[in-house]
Amino acid sequence: MKNIQNVSRRQFLKLSGITASSFVLGISLPLSKAVANEKSTDFHELNFFVSIKENGDISLICHRSEMGQGIRTSVPQIIADELEANWSKVSVVQAKADKKYGSQGTAGSASIRNHFTTIRKMGAIARDMLEQAAANIWQVDKSQVSAKNHYVHHNATGQKISFGELAKVAAKLPLPDIKTIKLKSNNDFSLIGKDVKLVDLDNIVAGKAQFAQDIQLPDMLIATIQRPPVVGGKVKSFDATAAKKVKGVVDVIQLKDRNIPVDVLPLSGIAVLATNTWAAIEGRKKLSIKWEHGDKKSHNSEEYKQALIKKVNTPGEKVRAIGDVYSHKFDSDNTVEATYTVPYLHHAPMETPASTAMFKEDKCIIWAGTQNPQWAQGMVARDLGLAKDEMDKVELNVTLMGGAFGRKSKGDFIVESVELAKATGRPVKVIWSREDDVKHGFYHSSSANYFKAQLDDNGKVDNLITRNAYPPIGWLWDQNVKTPSDSQLSLGFADIPFELNNLSCEKHSVESYVRPGWVRSVACINNGFALGSFVDELAVKAKKTPRQMWLNLIGNDRQIDPTKEGFKYSNYNLDPKEHPLDTKRIKHLINLISDKANVEEELPNNQGWGISFLRSFGTFVAAASKVEVKNNKVKVLEMHTAVDCGIVVTPDRVKAQMEGAMIFGLSIALMGEISVKEGQVEQGNFHDYPVARMNQIPKLFVHLVKSDAPPGGIGEPGVPPVAPSITNAIYHASKIRIRDLPVNKVLQV
Amino acid sequence: MISLTVNNKIIKLDIEPQMPLLYALRDELKLTGTKFGCGAGLCGACTVHLDGQAIRSCVTPVSAVDGKKITTIEGLSNNSEHHIQIAWKEFKVPQCGYCQSGQMMSASALLSQNNNPTEQDIETFMQGNICRCGTYKRIKKAIQSAAQNMGDKSE
Repeated sequence: MKNIQNVSRRQFLKLSGITASSFVLGISLPLSKAVANEKSTDFHELNFFVSIKENGDISLICHRSEMGQGIRTSVPQIIADELEANWSKVSVVQAKADKKYGSQGTAGSASIRNHFTTIRKMGAIARDMLEQAAANIWQVDKSQVSAKNHYVHHNATGQKISFGELAKVAAKLPLPDIKTIKLKSNNDFSLIGKDVKLVDLDNIVAGKAQFAQDIQLPDMLIATIQRPPVVGGKVKSFDATAAKKVKGVVDVIQLKDRNIPVDVLPLSGIAVLATNTWAAIEGRKKLSIKWEHGDKKSHNSEEYKQALIKKVNTPGEKVRAIGDVYSHKFDSDNTVEATYTVPYLHHAPMETPASTAMFKEDKCIIWAGTQNPQWAQGMVARDLGLAKDEMDKVELNVTLMGGAFGRKSKGDFIVESVELAKATGRPVKVIWSREDDVKHGFYHSSSANYFKAQLDDNGKVDNLITRNAYPPIGWLWDQNVKTPSDSQLSLGFADIPFELNNLSCEKHSVESYVRPGWVRSVACINNGFALGSFVDELAVKAKKTPRQMWLNLIGNDRQIDPTKEGFKYSNYNLDPKEHPLDTKRIKHLINLISDKANVEEELPNNQGWGISFLRSFGTFVAAASKVEVKNNKVKVLEMHTAVDCGIVVTPDRVKAQMEGAMIFGLSIALMGEISVKEGQVEQGNFHDYPVARMNQIPKLFVHLVKSDAPPGGIGEPGVPPVAPSITNAIYHASKIRIRDLPVNKVLQV
Repeated sequence: MISLTVNNKIIKLDIEPQMPLLYALRDELKLTGTKFGCGAGLCGACTVHLDGQAIRSCVTPVSAVDGKKITTIEGLSNNSEHHIQIAWKEFKVPQCGYCQSGQMMSASALLSQNNNPTEQDIETFMQGNICRCGTYKRIKKAIQSAAQNMGDKSE
């Protein structure tokens, strides 16, 4: 057992900041890699921790970042279940950035779907040691004892010893061979699948939860930054005289110039630093800056969209093909052809990006809300010119995030705080204004998706062409990247789950101008919108119900393997044996949503139902929306999602994510649009980048499918089918077909 | 010098009179439960009570609250005992939690002036508070439940 070590109390305290513990277990993640890695036997590479105090209190480390999905409950809940711990005695310690934890990148709805078994092993190993300790005390074989609810029981006599009492003995035991560790059977789950007390709920309700913006340090300065309006722009000259006269302003500093490729680094600009936020804001207003905009100032999003539409209406580069669709002569009477567009979209988390940094001796200490602590730590280290083995000189403390949705995967704002702390020699908190957030984001790419298919007399399809064009995220690192990667194309595009004899999925290459980024469900937003809209258009043409059209297209029960058709399908980095693209599960959801929402009911003329479906991040989700269109105004009356995510860890949080996803999807469908003119984002705050408010929210219903399948993701998969369910409903209510989002270009919302 | 009462404590502040109350609370008094969301009175994250009424502290200069009584989330109750806070826990309203101080301050102000709000009343009053996580359904339920519980108690 090379990857597990007992850690002394002192060493543990040093690493975790926990005040007392007598039994500490450190485990390297990922287990598979760590076993093969000799270095992991070194104490300093230990990372995942279970600790038990003599009074029975258990402290578990959460190594993933909390942004509202409830992961600070779910990860410890999984460990505690295998450990047989009593949830009321568990406290959670947030991990700092450290590669010894394995992946901390909290993105792609990955925390549970990719790490479920590994997280369970953390608890199971600790449980095994406690059982061994009790067996030794009773002088029986370990098979004669069993851990349950914070005690180890002697099966024959009914005697029991508490975890707290066993902790000391367990800590002295040799570590078990991981191969002998048995995970519980699903039937024996004590916490997984149950709603436990949420870890951060009390603090949030008391107003005591600490977010990145809430960090307070002695002698700290607040910084606000005027960034180049155009990506790749630079400061030509600036005058800070007036800014420096504002009471409370301490310094005005030009950030270092950054070049293209922009990476996820800062954009440069002029920072105003003050003793309070208001002074910094007032000082910034008085800056006089001349900008060199650079060549991205030629970008206009409306023209760009038209160019994307043109592209997808011509053949592109095939990424997946079945048969030969181009030898088919499409019969125009029975063919549906459509192009769908989604504008640039922004995350707009309620908490704008913020980070606090300070230097102490030779160490840089940071507090930030980040989805990817190690990535940010590495960026800071590189920016400071540290060597790879000097990562311990960058201490990154992870705070709660007031929303993130992908925005806080990028460490630009963290590097800004470090640059300014270094320049001033004082602790610096960088706070983004809402305008900074909206104007300098990493946007969901403006996109065009094209579909063409021919229907036969039975409402079936045999020939289908689909294409897309949008600026790829890979451009951040290499401006020669002009097409989406295969894993990007696996997001609801080339994994189209239809039974067809002739299919062609094609991509196009495009230039990029603004920073593209992952926004909740990423390319599934546009691919899901196009797919869901097109199926509805086929249904209308074929005079079938949308349910029947989906079932026709999906065809027989089978597991689809797009790699057989030449596509490098990434399947969200999931093992296709455990997470197959299973048409039976899709059909079940199409039927479930149609029945539960009663979408085939008779409705008044100005009302309509719409449905859609997308499997994403290993989870199957169908959505249904009912709308009313009256006097050129749309009102969403009711929304449903049906979700099959395999094993559920925290049911209430799954429901909460689905509720939130419906509202996120509603915002995208009805109102979401970032537009760019001469390279500059036109929106700036919630008045011109509106998001859903309470008065726009209909009744919401979530239908959770019971399943023993391995868990899929939850944070993102609820989003993609929502927007098309709404626009399809609009069509059925009004005969107005929305192919170009958002809806508010055509109808009041 | 500005003098005001914050959570029942008299506070004297030597700050710029045009500084928004939000920054006086957060930067000067270190009361960070009140949040910055937009800086323009558009999102409600910064909602506090001014003499019992919900106001947006990000657009309220401290000079406007000189001599007045301010309540923030930290002062809404002892030990989160306000009916609104109890209901927020019961319905597990928060996701990320960032906007929830403002949501609870708005909701408690609503109930203090209307102890039996209709669904429409709730929507009208609460539409100034944005929740990007989308907890609106639970916010509404929690307000209805809190109203019910307050009514039961007063009967």
